[in-house]
Amino acid sequence: MFRAVYRLTSAGARSLVRTRPGYAAPVASRCYSHGKVETDEEFDARWVTYFSKPDIDGWELRKGMNTLIGYDLVPEPKVLDSALRACRRLNDLASAIRILEAVKDKAGPHEDIYPYLIQELQPTLAELGISTPEELGIDKS
Amino acid sequence: MLRQTAVHMRGLLARRASAAVTSSSVRMASHEVSETVDMSRPMYYDRVDVPLPDKPYKDLLTDADKTLKQKEKGPWSQLSKEEKIALYRLMFHQTYPEMKQKTSEWKTVLGGIFFFLGFTGLVVWWQRIYVYPPLPKTFEGDSQAMQLKRMLDMRVNPVQGFSAKWDYEKGQWK
Repeated sequence: MFRAVYRLTSAGARSLVRTRPGYAAPVASRCYSHGKVETDEEFDARWVTYFSKPDIDGWELRKGMNTLIGYDLVPEPKVLDSALRACRRLNDLASAIRILEAVKDKAGPHEDIYPYLIQELQPTLAELGISTPEELGIDKS
Repeated sequence: MLRQTAVHMRGLLARRASAAVTSSSVRMASHEVSETVDMSRPMYYDRVDVPLPDKPYKDLLTDADKTLKQKEKGPWSQLSKEEKIALYRLMFHQTYPEMKQKTSEWKTVLGGIFFFLGFTGLVVWWQRIYVYPPLPKTFEGDSQAMQLKRMLDMRVNPVQGFSAKWDYEKGQWK
């Protein structure tokens, strides 16, 4: 599946032993009798394209993010990168930080996913000047 | 709970005439009614599964806020930490850790359950004393003995049950 993505259902969690998240969990199988199953790369590409729209508006950003967070997966760094850049085009730093919080929450008990994502996103965060919640100190309640 | 149901009700109430809901608070003598929320418009909510709500938390911006928003249009690396936090708080009410804070609600719930169970117990006890009629005479000891004898004479469950345990020759339980 995704490089950094796990099935967050119990099946995925059980098979998770290694800490380095280069682990491919089983592909989601649906009971299509004849439909084509979308590959992980297609899924990622679709979402990167969605957020890469140059004139994306606030509603589309919110809708996209809320939908993406609704899925049973942690988005790939490249999808998040695209979303963060969309926030930059919309001059919305708060939403960018919120997105980082949201994906940390999505990872749930798997505590090694979020550091990996931040590590992968570090160039983008530095380029756009986005501080992580940890840097701002809002990651503690 | 209101915030959760609001997300669902938003769609349902969208078409309803919101005149009644949006009426300004009524003052009756010295009594003040609490602010009504217009649920036909996009609402703010803090939910872990919906990170970006329909509208920012703070709508009415002070001049300082507006200046900050203008600064947001430039490079974000020029914003200080405090400014970034301020921007976050303008847009959102609670951070994720704040949303996920444990409450002590379970203590109230459990306490309420026990309280009402106890109260029910008292009610049942009172009923037992004051409401229930007296027991029939067939519950008394002699009557019970006669019923028992009748069951044995009828050979109730003679194979594996009741009468099978009675020794008819010796006239006693096995």
